[in-house]
Amino acid sequence: MSQLRARFDLPLSTFRLNVDLDVPISGITAIFGPSGSGKTTLLRCLAGLERAPHGFMQFGEEVWQDESLGLCLPLHSRPIGYVFQEPRLFPHYDVRANLLYGYQRIPVNERRIVLEQVVEILGIGHLLNRRIHKLSGGEQQRVAIGRALLTSPKLLLLDEPLASLDIQRKQEVLPFIHRLHEHLHIPVVYVSHGLTEILQLAGRVILLNEGHVIGTGALNEVFTTVSFRGQLGPHRIGAILDARVISHDPPYGLTQLTFKSHSLFVPLQPVAVGQAVRVHIFSNDVSLVLGKMDVPTSILNILEATVVEIRELNQSSVDVVLDIGAPLVASITRKSLMALGLKPGQHLFAHIKAVALNEELMD
Amino acid sequence: MTDVDLNALWITLQLATTTVIVLLIVGTPLAWWLAHTRSRVRPIVEALVALPLVLPPTVLGFYFLIVLGPSGPLGQLINLNLAFTFTGLVIASVLYSMPFVIQPLQGAFEAAGRSPLEAAWSLRASKLDAFLTVISPIALRGYISAIVLGFAHTIGEFGVVLMVGGSIPGQTRVLSTTIFEHVEAMEYGQAHAIAAVLLTFSFLVLLAVYVVNRRFPIHVS
Repeated sequence: MSQLRARFDLPLSTFRLNVDLDVPISGITAIFGPSGSGKTTLLRCLAGLERAPHGFMQFGEEVWQDESLGLCLPLHSRPIGYVFQEPRLFPHYDVRANLLYGYQRIPVNERRIVLEQVVEILGIGHLLNRRIHKLSGGEQQRVAIGRALLTSPKLLLLDEPLASLDIQRKQEVLPFIHRLHEHLHIPVVYVSHGLTEILQLAGRVILLNEGHVIGTGALNEVFTTVSFRGQLGPHRIGAILDARVISHDPPYGLTQLTFKSHSLFVPLQPVAVGQAVRVHIFSNDVSLVLGKMDVPTSILNILEATVVEIRELNQSSVDVVLDIGAPLVASITRKSLMALGLKPGQHLFAHIKAVALNEELMD
Repeated sequence: MTDVDLNALWITLQLATTTVIVLLIVGTPLAWWLAHTRSRVRPIVEALVALPLVLPPTVLGFYFLIVLGPSGPLGQLINLNLAFTFTGLVIASVLYSMPFVIQPLQGAFEAAGRSPLEAAWSLRASKLDAFLTVISPIALRGYISAIVLGFAHTIGEFGVVLMVGGSIPGQTRVLSTTIFEHVEAMEYGQAHAIAAVLLTFSFLVLLAVYVVNRRFPIHVS
């Protein structure tokens, strides 16, 4: 795991990008925020494509920018892979030449990733001899990712690589991004304003709003921390859980998942037993019951939980933060809070009305 | 054609080729700068480059004669007289044909934009490497237009070469001034021959450019 330290202060059209980051970078880290919040500019600063006057940036042991010393490495001297919003493939080369463009420009002893690997992971073997203009948008973006990977980067920066694709094409590229992180162990920083992508891909998140970092940390912690709710707009995520498929029940159209010691039922999924899936729960879909009910209930998913804290939301509602082995937030009415007399440390049961798999959450 | 006429053809080709080569070397960085700079002096430079498009060639020729001649700055400082020499013709032609090379290149660089450049940098290409391997091929049509227009325009110039070169046979007499000399001497047959050569050449060159552009389109997606 490498530490990323970065300080940038740069005027943008209507506000300043002003960030001071000191975050561990491993797996996929998302830079998430509304359109126009400065995400792309931040990524371009990290790459050295924008130069903040008093900027500083260090990745692991390597300092790439320190304006107090007048140092700012140009992009071609940084071991970074960069994938832009548009594929930006070179039209005068075929797919193979595009893939090898960067590969041929790094020293032989730094070539950790080879063409065969990238072709395999991205599923682009049949495209190698094609001209660029014969490819679909999704295929072009996969080639662009492959081209960046073949420079064996220490850090891969992705700037909304799915933004120019329709939903179907997105689903065509997303699994590949997931796989490349698993197979090649290159840390990825992924810019997006699409909650779907973030929930599917990211392990950690940097929340950005109007040029300021308003939160960093593990995905489920950041998204379930109530103070970010205002900035996240209508997305009221109660929990993000990495669960595993343990069985299917086709007659009832259900798939059973396990998370820690809990069991969850979701609509039947075309996913093999034993495979990991990420699910999320909206906080409005969680209701709280003090004891295990003796009377039958239609609710399938009942989780044992401990109250961690109670946070004010607005006049009629509160958010109750629960611990189920991961944070789970329940939005309930203030009246219910009073009626149940909830206090931190209290044990109770959370009834989950719906568990969404991330594929279902399309924005 | 007489020997003097053939010699004029040879000088014309030499002049046009030299002019285009000089213009590509000087014009590429200048066009690149014009395409990407945010400097306030850009419109001034653009206007200066475009001047030969609107000025009467005799005006340019007149100034060249003064600057390049024996009483000009070069003549005064290092006793160098370039008026009525081939070198003087090249200098005058470079400035006179400059917009025909700069403008297609600038347009091509602007159309290519910064995007492919940034992509090349992200793939470890240095600035020069990125320019040579990515921008130049993408701007290939701009280069073809620049070369053809610069070449053809230099061949077609008359007023400037007459004033700066003086149409000295074997030294600065080019095809366009040769036609003028023949007409002056009432040698219409020889004027016809050279005029036909120029007409055919110009047409064939332009035709070739259009065919090449149509047959081998450069796909920029």
